[in-house]
Amino acid sequence: AAAMAVNADLQRERAAATFQPELLTHILDGGAERTRRRKEIEALVLNDPDFQHEDLNFLSRSQRYEQAIRKSSLMVMKLREYGIADPEEIYWFKSFVHRGRPEPLDLHLGMFLPTLLTQATPEQQDRFFMPAWNLEIIGTYAQTEMGHGTHLRGLETTATYDPSTQEFILNSPTVTSIKWWPGGLGKTSNHAIVLAQLYTQGQCKGLHAFIVPIRQLGTHEPLPGITVGDIGPKFGYDEMDNGYLKMDNFRIPRENMLMKYAQVEPDGTYVKPVSDKLTYGTMVFIRSFIVGDSARSLSRACTIAIRYSAVRHQSELKPGEPEPQILDYQTQQYKLFPLLATAYAFHFVGAYIKDTYHRISGDISTGDLSELPELHALTAGLKAFTSWTANSGIEECRMACGGHGYSRCSGIPDIYVTFTPSCTYEGENTVMMLQTARFLMKSYTQVTSGQQVTGMVSYLNDLSRQRIQPQHVAARAVTVRINDPTSLVEAYKSRAARLVESAAKNLQAELNHRKSKEDAWNRTSVDLVRASEAHCHYVIVKLFTAKLAEVSDAAVRAVLTDLCLLYALFGISKNTGDFLQAGILTSAQITQVNQHVKELLAVIRPNAVALVDSFDFHDVHLGSVLGRYDGNVYENMFEWAKKSPLNKTQVHESFHKHLKPMQAKL
Amino acid sequence: SVNPDLASERQIASFSVEKLTALLDGSAEQTRIRRAVVEAIESDPVFSRENQYFQTQNERYESAVRKAVHLQKKMHEMGWTENGPEYKYIYRALSGDVAFLLHRVFMRSISVLGSDKQIAKWIPLATQHKLIGSYAQTELGHGTYLQGLETTAVFDIATQEFILNTPKISAMKWWPGDMGRSATHTVVFAQLYVHGKCYGIHPFIVQIRSLQDHSLCPGVTAGDIGPKMNFEHIDNGYLLLKNVRIPRENMLSKFCEVQPDGTYVKQGSQKINYFTMTTVRISLISDEVLTPLMKACTIAIRYSVVRRQSKLKPGEQEAKILDYQTQQEKLLPQLAAAYAFHFIDDYLQELFNRGYREIQKKNFDMLPELHALSSGFKAMITQHCTAGVEICLRACGGHGYSLLSGLPSLYTKILASCIYEGENTILLLQAARFLIKCFMAASAGQPVPLSATYLAAVKHGKCPAKNKLDFLSPDIYTEAYQHVAVRLTSSTAAKLQDLIQSGVKKHDAWNQCTVQLVQAAKAHCHYIAVKNFAETVEKLETKAGIQKIMKHLCDLFALHGIFSNTGAFLHDGYISAAQMDMVTASYLDLLAVIRKDAVPLVDAFDFTDKSLNSALGSYDGQVYQRLYKWAQKSPTNQMSPAYERYLKPLLHNTLSKL
Repeated sequence: AAAMAVNADLQRERAAATFQPELLTHILDGGAERTRRRKEIEALVLNDPDFQHEDLNFLSRSQRYEQAIRKSSLMVMKLREYGIADPEEIYWFKSFVHRGRPEPLDLHLGMFLPTLLTQATPEQQDRFFMPAWNLEIIGTYAQTEMGHGTHLRGLETTATYDPSTQEFILNSPTVTSIKWWPGGLGKTSNHAIVLAQLYTQGQCKGLHAFIVPIRQLGTHEPLPGITVGDIGPKFGYDEMDNGYLKMDNFRIPRENMLMKYAQVEPDGTYVKPVSDKLTYGTMVFIRSFIVGDSARSLSRACTIAIRYSAVRHQSELKPGEPEPQILDYQTQQYKLFPLLATAYAFHFVGAYIKDTYHRISGDISTGDLSELPELHALTAGLKAFTSWTANSGIEECRMACGGHGYSRCSGIPDIYVTFTPSCTYEGENTVMMLQTARFLMKSYTQVTSGQQVTGMVSYLNDLSRQRIQPQHVAARAVTVRINDPTSLVEAYKSRAARLVESAAKNLQAELNHRKSKEDAWNRTSVDLVRASEAHCHYVIVKLFTAKLAEVSDAAVRAVLTDLCLLYALFGISKNTGDFLQAGILTSAQITQVNQHVKELLAVIRPNAVALVDSFDFHDVHLGSVLGRYDGNVYENMFEWAKKSPLNKTQVHESFHKHLKPMQAKL
Repeated sequence: SVNPDLASERQIASFSVEKLTALLDGSAEQTRIRRAVVEAIESDPVFSRENQYFQTQNERYESAVRKAVHLQKKMHEMGWTENGPEYKYIYRALSGDVAFLLHRVFMRSISVLGSDKQIAKWIPLATQHKLIGSYAQTELGHGTYLQGLETTAVFDIATQEFILNTPKISAMKWWPGDMGRSATHTVVFAQLYVHGKCYGIHPFIVQIRSLQDHSLCPGVTAGDIGPKMNFEHIDNGYLLLKNVRIPRENMLSKFCEVQPDGTYVKQGSQKINYFTMTTVRISLISDEVLTPLMKACTIAIRYSVVRRQSKLKPGEQEAKILDYQTQQEKLLPQLAAAYAFHFIDDYLQELFNRGYREIQKKNFDMLPELHALSSGFKAMITQHCTAGVEICLRACGGHGYSLLSGLPSLYTKILASCIYEGENTILLLQAARFLIKCFMAASAGQPVPLSATYLAAVKHGKCPAKNKLDFLSPDIYTEAYQHVAVRLTSSTAAKLQDLIQSGVKKHDAWNQCTVQLVQAAKAHCHYIAVKNFAETVEKLETKAGIQKIMKHLCDLFALHGIFSNTGAFLHDGYISAAQMDMVTASYLDLLAVIRKDAVPLVDAFDFTDKSLNSALGSYDGQVYQRLYKWAQKSPTNQMSPAYERYLKPLLHNTLSKL
């Protein structure tokens, strides 16, 4: 479309902002220099005609896969041509090329190559790494099976060692053992790292990883003994060939087991790995990435919904006056601004986990792993908390755009379907929450047995002291200052402490009924999830509040403080029961909280558009007609619709095939 | 053969599944009729949805048109008529996968808004499908707020015609179903101008396509609005009108008429224009909202007893995931809600039938109440059920994300219901306006409509429950819901008055209270839903275990509502902190009780495998085999050009030359 002037409403919004959006962008990127570099890479991709194509919304799944493969191949070449090697810069490049969508080489680049680096022996690296680096070998990581996902021990694929030929025989013994879901497995990959139960000398040694060729180099035909294909259409991930893999007595040489840690010797003797704590590290890393992804996906949805709400006018607020922007309605602000605050909160949480991970990773090489268990437990819960919240938040943004949000031109349906599987992959969210709960229960037990705990759970240390002062909880109520983020952190802390304690007591009560440990755990799991949620919520409010002190620009700090307060207060107003029941806040204070939330909506309103501009999504990356930077929504919806496949001909062929004969008969 | 994990669930049912199905249908005879319709539709290959998940938008549309045309033949063959007992089951049997649904709305709007003469002219044409109708209300720039529509219809006395125009881009009609490609006629809502004076929104019958060759009529631009989250089979359309002239007789004129000399005559209440919408809101609940939730529950619950994951007890087999408390807590409240809303739907249907009879007698007294109830419940039920379907989807883990599970399409379809026929927030505010009015009237001692009389009886006091079993008493929890509804309405009314008395303008005060007003409207509907469920259970026959299991579901529905919104009940101390722990305990106990009957309770919804169209939810529970078999039919498993074009050069060393 021809360049049009920026919509007058949006111009006005931007002029009224009280802060400079670029400064906030720098904070989100981690510094002005990083913003500059990100935009440089963005320009490399967006100005490159090789990465242009028709709107994906009008393509079939096969066509979308084809486009993705085309772009991925070019991407790999150009990354090397430009010499981009920093992981974060690669991520940016990839994300601009694929506009935030998955692509068929994701697993090759993100799992196959790194796994070779960390788990292959030098000999194996010689054999596989360079061909894989040059994409003669394209690999995937085949873990999930049809019958088992998060519960890894339940995987059924077998790898049985045959010392007579020095080979492993791989089998998918049941329908449920068929590998199912791995990305790039269906059509793209010619190799897979397969996780299988290792059997040697008649004994099962648990899960191990094997490099398995699955397609013939040259013809790309599946190898004999291999059944492989695409698992069919999904909610989203159209460009990804998630696949299935069935193996029937498929033999691979002994040397194809990844043997940097565990080994099988030629005679079948099994040599145990030294430590598997390192795998914790990878999981923490991926989960921290999902927290960041929650922030980014929610930010995109907020950008679209808030810009559109500033452009759309509807109904009347004051009799006789022109229709107001829908962003002026309290209910619309109430839907969108808490989500905007949440997006910022999650950005800071994601950055915190990443930094902590890098700090601890440093310690891993020097041998201090003491912080890893807590970080592992915390990231499990935060992954679940943020992905659940973002998942429903994206939907609320879409809903806030009314009917047009439902059209694919809004871009939000695509953000949603791309994001929602993160509630399931890398650990199903409920299971993740229960992992965090296990850590919380362990910490609680330590405290009750007189030991001190450290880190984010150190508030549990106070619980034993409180029991001596029964009035303590009630007395605290008056001390919460609802205008002060630090004071609200304390309120969230008390709520977490109360729910952790209550879950622990309920668990103990179940155990006292002489139930088995597992039964008692299961019968308390709803409480345990609530405790984990409260703990994560506390951590997020704490981290957001801590971030405020680091912001040097006064205007930016002021607007972030408003958002932080809104985040904390809105969380209370949505969970008033917890705060009331524990006596942390009185009913009168709750009424004040609700009132203050509404006041903050009005305070944030003038900065709303500038706050989404600060996320700095390029229109191409945003992929939304409703969320365009220039706000020319309606004209472009019409232009977009004209390209719909149903509009290819003026009279649809169905008329001649079905309608006309019917009318002729009647 | 049936998966033993599923078969064993059915052996322990505490009630008669067949009896419950009959209860849901209304009678055993209704069940028989419904099954006959389903059988006739499903055995006809034209109506098959087998390959639906693999089809493009164009293929889906064509198939829907084909089905719509074939349906006419089928109805004739079977002797089904629009007034017959079979008719209402046809849509369900087709799972809505058929074109020309707006044709019905077209006909209904003519019947309700048209004069006798207009009905006599258009209804026979429509019935015989000599034309295909649509209903063009929503515009690019305006939806629920009808007064804001911008299409104009100017009366030209000289030619006795209306001249219709789309004066600007935001005035383009946008979204109407069947209009993008199929419809020949549509009811256009436009601002009526006579002698330069605007009389507001009125409906006009406009022909948009030739009856000969289907080409667009002069002055008409129309097309499809492009891909959406679902409804690929429907050609939602856009429509631009440029000086399109229609005869004076094409304005639907049961209630308002422009006479030949341009005199504007009103007869009866304008409110009737909204009645069509109001009835549509109620009529969509059963097919568009409850059915998807019931299907989603069926799929998720059956799958959850087939899927085994991890161990509950060391040394034992892996546990069915439905045995995990967290899984029960996700699914069973959705199941209870499906039943609760089924019964509230019955209640609303009855109320509306009564209202309709009154309106035909030109008595509009019930309109405000009907309007408020339809708005409030449409919003509440669509929101609950949409969230419920999504919970079911996510409760199925990775496999729920596959289209083959059936869940993504159920979800994307049901969520449109939160927007069409009135955006939910706006509807809740309309219901709230009615509530506030009733509350003020009641406080002043004036009579109020039946559904709101409880607002007059403001009772103070505390919840009398002494132990967790007390919370299984419908009186206890119904009172609690009533208390919250009264509290939220009265406190919001007080806040509004305070603001106004302190000098804030009325409309500003209203906007400042909208968040609370929405909460009050939700609380009102939730209260009526709980009360109605409890009263329904009371009247059920005690035989065959039906009443007992329905009582459990009613308790669960009520306690889940308290458990997930504790603050509202704790706020003024009506329920104490200690009592809230009892609620939680009772609620969690109920999960384990209902768990035993979960599969029979979804079996009672009586969906055939074909109608579920789900690899995860079929009756026999052969989940994994079906998933594998269906995946192989995917078009992506035919040889793709991507290999020759891109993968081959990629794999054959082009890169290593870099």
